Amino acid sequence: MKIIHFKKTGLCLGILTASMLSLFAQGSGSNLKMDERIKVGLTPPIPISLDGFTGETVSVLTFDLYVQGFAFVSPAAAQYSVKGSGAGNVTGSLTDNVAHKMLFSRTYNGASTRRQAHALADDIVGAILSLKPIGGTKIAFKSQSAGGSGEIYVADFDGYGAQPVTSDGAIVAKPAWMPGRMALFYTSYARSNPDIFYHSLSSGQRRVIAGYSGLNTSAAVSPDGSKVAMILSKAGSPNVWVCNADGTDLRRLTKGIEDSSPCWSPNGEWICFAAKINSHRSLAKVPAGGGEVQRLSTSGVLNPTEPDWSPDGKWIAFTSQMGDFSICVMAADGSMNPVALVSGQNPSWSPNSRTLIYNHGPAGRQTLAALDVLTRQTRDCHSAKGSNSQPAWAK
Amino acid sequence: MKIMKLNKIVLPLVLALSAALATTSCSHKFGGKVTNIPKHGGGDTGPSNIDNIAPTPTIGNTTPIDTTAQTPVSTFQKQNGPIETAPFNVDNYTADPGALAAYTVHFKFDSAVVEDSEQANLASVAQALTDANLRLLIQGHCDERGTEEYNRALGERRALALREALAKANVDPMRVKTISFGKDQPVDPAHDEAAWSKNRRGVFILLHPKTPVQ
Repeated sequence: MKIIHFKKTGLCLGILTASMLSLFAQGSGSNLKMDERIKVGLTPPIPISLDGFTGETVSVLTFDLYVQGFAFVSPAAAQYSVKGSGAGNVTGSLTDNVAHKMLFSRTYNGASTRRQAHALADDIVGAILSLKPIGGTKIAFKSQSAGGSGEIYVADFDGYGAQPVTSDGAIVAKPAWMPGRMALFYTSYARSNPDIFYHSLSSGQRRVIAGYSGLNTSAAVSPDGSKVAMILSKAGSPNVWVCNADGTDLRRLTKGIEDSSPCWSPNGEWICFAAKINSHRSLAKVPAGGGEVQRLSTSGVLNPTEPDWSPDGKWIAFTSQMGDFSICVMAADGSMNPVALVSGQNPSWSPNSRTLIYNHGPAGRQTLAALDVLTRQTRDCHSAKGSNSQPAWAK
Repeated sequence: MKIMKLNKIVLPLVLALSAALATTSCSHKFGGKVTNIPKHGGGDTGPSNIDNIAPTPTIGNTTPIDTTAQTPVSTFQKQNGPIETAPFNVDNYTADPGALAAYTVHFKFDSAVVEDSEQANLASVAQALTDANLRLLIQGHCDERGTEEYNRALGERRALALREALAKANVDPMRVKTISFGKDQPVDPAHDEAAWSKNRRGVFILLHPKTPVQ
């Protein structure tokens, strides 16, 4: 039995302290409970032991558990113990060592060893944290070669099983999933212009939903799949526009001087984006049906871009640039200032709002990684060829 | 010990995703039956004219993307504020990247402001466009210090700012198309200010009509 110990790294404590102070200075009226806000980046991992697993099974279990807030310790030090085997069918039993109680004992069959191990990890996380399972979820991302062109890929959320879904040899950008469907929107320069494509992965059918003169990019699909927000420059400056998922009923939502990277609130009412308002780089939100742009406070961090609103509605993750790029998380209702968690770009929330997938590393050699928002534990995903960036987690 | 089928413990959505993916195992690439989208060279097209958004296996349904948008080379007004992008079709022109290569314009960090020091380059570009049959493509590029999508918008803002500056030199903006490459095509791949200052640029590509214009 191999016991894996992970070192914790202390990061950005200054920012955390500052945000904690301002957090306590906030008035009431927040939808978020104080303990939820305090947890971001500071939650100690849950000590767990794995016994009897080897090879691929232990690799899957350690990845899935680590990026959802568990740390691996000896059986004697573990709050929870997992015993089992990955030989043949995966088997596993979970014991709560504090309550001296076995929580489950199961055997998994069908699919592959990887799938079975993901399913065991899902059951462990579900039994202890009541989180919805992510072990079978997919991500889409961009793989870029040194020359700038690339392809859109789809993989398991840990990066395994990556397959290209395009073969245009063109610049591509910003894949976005159609919720609940095997379908993507993405930007491609395949027609010598940055256009937004819809691509059904089940049929292979593709169509251009936005091929207007100028820039067409940064597609973001509404939670009900009916609308797409995006950046178009057709009116003479890059701004946020929204249309139906088939490209019809196009409407301009913003007229800012530096608009970029829209995303949707999970209730579909708001579109959050990066903007420059009164000379300040900021995040902002605008009603999805049109209306007044509202600035969102991002105190303590600079140059916020690429917001992604968590599916549970509580958090907005984004990239800030303060010299280097940082992954930040703040409360969507403004009750917690941004917390800078790790170095990286392009955060995308897991379906259960616990983990972010993002990219990091030197320019031209970006790697995808998963980040547990509460403990700040990260692990790199399995890499596809080229520079991997702009991950989108299927929801 | 309780035996559990894998497919009973995953969410329906996850099941749908993995089931659909299971049909495309390692040996089968998604790219195998991807609809080819015809080139359009930047004509102004909205949604392509293919019936329904619902994924259907009718992959033969590849209506060519409309590239027939007219080129309104009308008299333009020197307007204040943004000018709508030009809808002419780049495919009807032959690109001549060398003709105006000497007049590449550079920008300050994170700025789309055309510096006064670039006026001579702009005057040369305007001079080269005296023949009204010619068109211009402006490429906007960025250094690597910005996120990908932010830079894609910044590159477009740079190209549009150059288009607007040329409009002041009497170049009809309806003759000028813009394309942003964000940080995808640096001229210098190094990671220092010397490289970055070269990469923050607007590049002018002269477009000659492929067929004589009446």
